[in-house]
Amino acid sequence: MIETELRRCVAAFHPGATGVTGAAKLSGGASQETWTFDIVHPNGNVGAILRRAPPGYGAAPGRAAGLDAEATLMQLAHDAGLPSPKVMHVLRPEDGLGRGFIMARVEGETIARKILRDEEYATARPMLARQLGRVIAGIHGLPQAKLPKLRGLTATKEIEDLSREYHSFNWPRPVFELALRWLRDHDPGPSSEVTLVHGDFRHGNLIIGPDGVRAVLDWELAHFGDPMEDLGWICVNSWRFGEIDKPVGGFGTREDLFAGYEEAGRKADPDRVMFWEVMGTLRWGVMCCGMMQRFRSGPDHSMERAMIGRRASETEIDLLRLLAPRGR
Amino acid sequence: MQDEPTPTELIKAVADFLRTEIAPAIKGHNGFKLRVGINALDLVTRQLALAEAGDATEAARLKALLGADGTLMELNRALSEKIASGEVDLKTPGLPEHLWQTTLDKLAVDQPNYASYKRELET
Repeated sequence: MIETELRRCVAAFHPGATGVTGAAKLSGGASQETWTFDIVHPNGNVGAILRRAPPGYGAAPGRAAGLDAEATLMQLAHDAGLPSPKVMHVLRPEDGLGRGFIMARVEGETIARKILRDEEYATARPMLARQLGRVIAGIHGLPQAKLPKLRGLTATKEIEDLSREYHSFNWPRPVFELALRWLRDHDPGPSSEVTLVHGDFRHGNLIIGPDGVRAVLDWELAHFGDPMEDLGWICVNSWRFGEIDKPVGGFGTREDLFAGYEEAGRKADPDRVMFWEVMGTLRWGVMCCGMMQRFRSGPDHSMERAMIGRRASETEIDLLRLLAPRGR
Repeated sequence: MQDEPTPTELIKAVADFLRTEIAPAIKGHNGFKLRVGINALDLVTRQLALAEAGDATEAARLKALLGADGTLMELNRALSEKIASGEVDLKTPGLPEHLWQTTLDKLAVDQPNYASYKRELET
């Protein structure tokens, strides 16, 4: 029972804590899990989140920044006054919980359909794009000297990574080939400025309240690169959940996103953002195909994974709308 | 010859039962998974209805574009290689139309409610 280890661990970093309660797994594959629980304290319970690789799982795979880096980035963002949960504790071997960290739980919504449709968020929606522009600018401006070691990525490198992954599936997709060719022909070259890139700045990784954005989560794909990548990724149609005329997450305009970004003292480059939107659309398509591969090869033989494989065609129509719009 | 009912009729009957009798009673994560499962059954019935005609017209377009014969897989592989090499591109007569029609035919099976697809059907 995980509460036993959590109780021992919490006693060591949270003075006065008398125990933990309500531990429940929120999500998790084989190598990474997220748990919610409450720290029991005489002054009132404190909501907490454990993000960990269970004991026996070593370093993070492939693209991942690693949980230690995630904790550092989250704390740096918190210290800079950005909406980011406070990191309460980085796991030590003696905690017996694996690798990872414990952070404060931020209440709010991450499910896009609720954020885009529920009355509760009606006042937040029109201001979100601008607010997120300011937030991502703050992330790009985090003090370089304090940042952890992360991968460096350029557009050229990312195109080759995507191409290799897509070709590994051995399933021909002329529209993906067209997109790869377009990306190679329009590769803008190295960006004038290389910054921290969040890497997965979109619905699902943003906690939203009626008052707007409350937290940015999931720094697993953080790297150094072109800051415009984050602005392009949040504009990918796959994150608009039907609200296709509002390019930023289905709630806002690019103009508002860029205005917020520039209010925070940074400059947006719309052409580069568009390049990264095409890249992001293709990336999500390739990820959908990857889900299908994992479904077929197991061990996660889930129909959700299988059905995500059938969403790759959504990115094909979005790529055609971007690259070969019809008679308009 | 296999007997009736057809696979489509069987899958539809199961999907309708799950949708109307079971789904309202299941909450939480299993409710979500059940909806995914019903969506999968609906997708299969659309594919059984549409794929044969779609594949035939796709193959005909590919043969005309490439001036070659082969299975659908071989033809798509050949077109992919020509796009990658730059031998054909969006200025090649018939290519944009082919990619659009093929993609629309996929969406009609995979996600007919996808907003971009519905928008393209209107225009």
